[in-house]
Amino acid sequence: MSMAGPTEIVTLPAVVRARRGRIDPLMVMCLLVIGAIVLVAILAPLVAPDNPDTINILSSNQGTSGSHLLGTDSLGRDLLSRLIWGARLSLLGPALIVVAATSLGTALAITTAWIGGAFDAAVARVLDILFAFPGLIFALLAVAMFGPGLWAPVVALAIAYLPYIARVLRSTALRERNLPYVSALYVGGLTSWRICWRHILPNIMPFVVVQAALSFGSALIDLSALSYLGLGIQPPKAEWGLMVSDGQSSILNGSPAESLYAGAMIVVVVVAFNLLADRLAASVHSRGSQR
Amino acid sequence: MHEQVISAEGLRKVFIARGASAGDGKIVAVDDISFMVSDGGSLAIVGESGSGKTTVARMLVGLTRPTAGRIVIAGQDRTKPCKRSSKRQARGRDIQIVFQDPYSSLDPRQTAAQSIEEVLKLHFSLSRADRADRVQRLAGQVGLDERQVGARPRALSGGQRQRVAIARALAAEPKALVLDESVASLDVSIQAQILNLLADIREQTRISYVFISHDLAVVRQVADHVLVMQHGRAVESGSTEQILGSPEHPYTKLLRSSVPGRGWKPARRNARQA
Repeated sequence: MSMAGPTEIVTLPAVVRARRGRIDPLMVMCLLVIGAIVLVAILAPLVAPDNPDTINILSSNQGTSGSHLLGTDSLGRDLLSRLIWGARLSLLGPALIVVAATSLGTALAITTAWIGGAFDAAVARVLDILFAFPGLIFALLAVAMFGPGLWAPVVALAIAYLPYIARVLRSTALRERNLPYVSALYVGGLTSWRICWRHILPNIMPFVVVQAALSFGSALIDLSALSYLGLGIQPPKAEWGLMVSDGQSSILNGSPAESLYAGAMIVVVVVAFNLLADRLAASVHSRGSQR
Repeated sequence: MHEQVISAEGLRKVFIARGASAGDGKIVAVDDISFMVSDGGSLAIVGESGSGKTTVARMLVGLTRPTAGRIVIAGQDRTKPCKRSSKRQARGRDIQIVFQDPYSSLDPRQTAAQSIEEVLKLHFSLSRADRADRVQRLAGQVGLDERQVGARPRALSGGQRQRVAIARALAAEPKALVLDESVASLDVSIQAQILNLLADIREQTRISYVFISHDLAVVRQVADHVLVMQHGRAVESGSTEQILGSPEHPYTKLLRSSVPGRGWKPARRNARQA
C-alpha cells in the first residue's frame, strides 16, 4: 500500500479513484449493506420472526415455508431468527477486536513515531516477536488456557492484530511527524502530547479508519473459524461460524440451508468491509495527493 | 552597534551515515560557522544545495543538536535543543522559523485563524476577545483578508499559506525569525510581495531576520549582511553591498554570475573545450 504524501504520486489506478466531491456508489452500497445488517442485529428482538432457541424436533430440516421463511435447522429452530440473532455475536466479536487493536495500535504507532530512537527500535522488535504468532494459533493457545467462549479468542486476536495495525500506522505517523508543520509546532513550544493527539492523530485518522475496516473482515473470518472449530462461541447460542459447523451434518441429508445461509452471511459482511476499506483507501489517497 | 540578538560561534554539525562503522560515513554538514545578528538586523546565509545552510537554520531553532559550537539567542545559551515543552516555549518566544514548503508547513485541518490562535494561547494569557483581536491584527499585518483567515490551507494559494506561516511565527512575538528558503517555492511576483511584507514588518517591529537562501536577488533585497557557505564552510562574509558588489572569493563570484539576467549565459563549471 502506498501512502500518498503531498508530493508523492498516487499509485492506485485512476479507474478506482472516485473523483473528489462525487459520491462513490460502491462505497454507499457497502455502507448500506453493513448498516442494514448492524441495524437488524441491534433490533433482533423486534425483527426476528421466531425465538431462535425454540426446539421443535418434529419440524427439523424443513425448507422455506410460510411459517419459516428460510426453513429450520436439524433441531427445528427457525433459521432466519437464528441468523438474525447470530448477527449480534458474530459482529460483536470482530468489533471488539477492531476497537481494541486499532486504538492500541494507533496509540503505539504515534508514540513510537514521535519518540523514535531506541524506544522505536525496541517496540519494533517486540512487534516482530508478536508477528511470529499467527493469529489463530495465538487464539488456540488462549482458548486452551482460558476456555472457549467470546473473550479468550477476542483478546488473543486483538493482541495478534495489534502489530499489523501498529506497523502500518507507524509509517503513516512517521511521515506526518516529519512534515514541516509538526516541526513548526515543535519549535513554537507546543507540548508533545498536544502535537501527537491534537495534530498528528486527526491527520492520520483516515488511515486509521481504513485499517479498522480492513481488520474487521479478517477478524470476522478468524472468529468464525474458531467458532466453527468449537473453540469460540458455544452452542446453543447462535453465531454464524457455529451455524456453519452445526449445519454440516444436515448437508449429507440433503438440507444444506443452515451452513449455506450462515456462510453466505459471513461472505457478505466480509466482502462489504473489504470493499469499503478499499474504497476508503482510494479516497484517502486521492485526497492526500490534493493537499 | 546594537545589541546582538543571535550569536553563533564555531558551529559544527557532523552527521553519521546510517549503518556506517565509526570513522567512515561521517558527513560534515556544517564546519566552524560563526556569525552575529544585531537587534533589528538581517543576515542572509547563502550557498548552493547541500552547503549546510538549512542545518544552520535547524540548529538555531533547536531542531538539530550542534556537534560543537555555541548558540546564544537574546542572551540565553540555546546551544542544546530541549525536549521539555516549557524550555521549547521559552526558546519559541525568542526565535521562530518559517519553512520553505508552504504546502506542508501548516496543519491541513486548521484554519489560518486557528493556527495563529494556537500560538497565542500558548504564549500569552489573553481573553477570548483580545485573542480574536490579535489574530485579526496579525492577519492584517501579513495582508490576509477575512475569508483567508477563516480558510483551511487547502483553500489558500502558496503565497497566502506562507503569509499564514509568517503570521503564526510572529504571533509569539519573537526577537528573531529564521526564514528557511521561505520564498523559494513562490513565483517571482508573489516573492516580491512577501519580501516587501517582511521588510515592512522588520521596520515596524525591529525583529531580526536570518534568511536562508540560494537566491542572490532575494538576498540583495532583504539582508544587511551576507554569509556565503560552501560545503559547510563559510567562504566569505560581510555587508550585502560588499559581498554582492565586489565578491572576492571565487565561489561567491560563481554564485553571482549564476543569477539569470539580461544577456546571461550559464557558466559551465566543467566547460568542455570546443
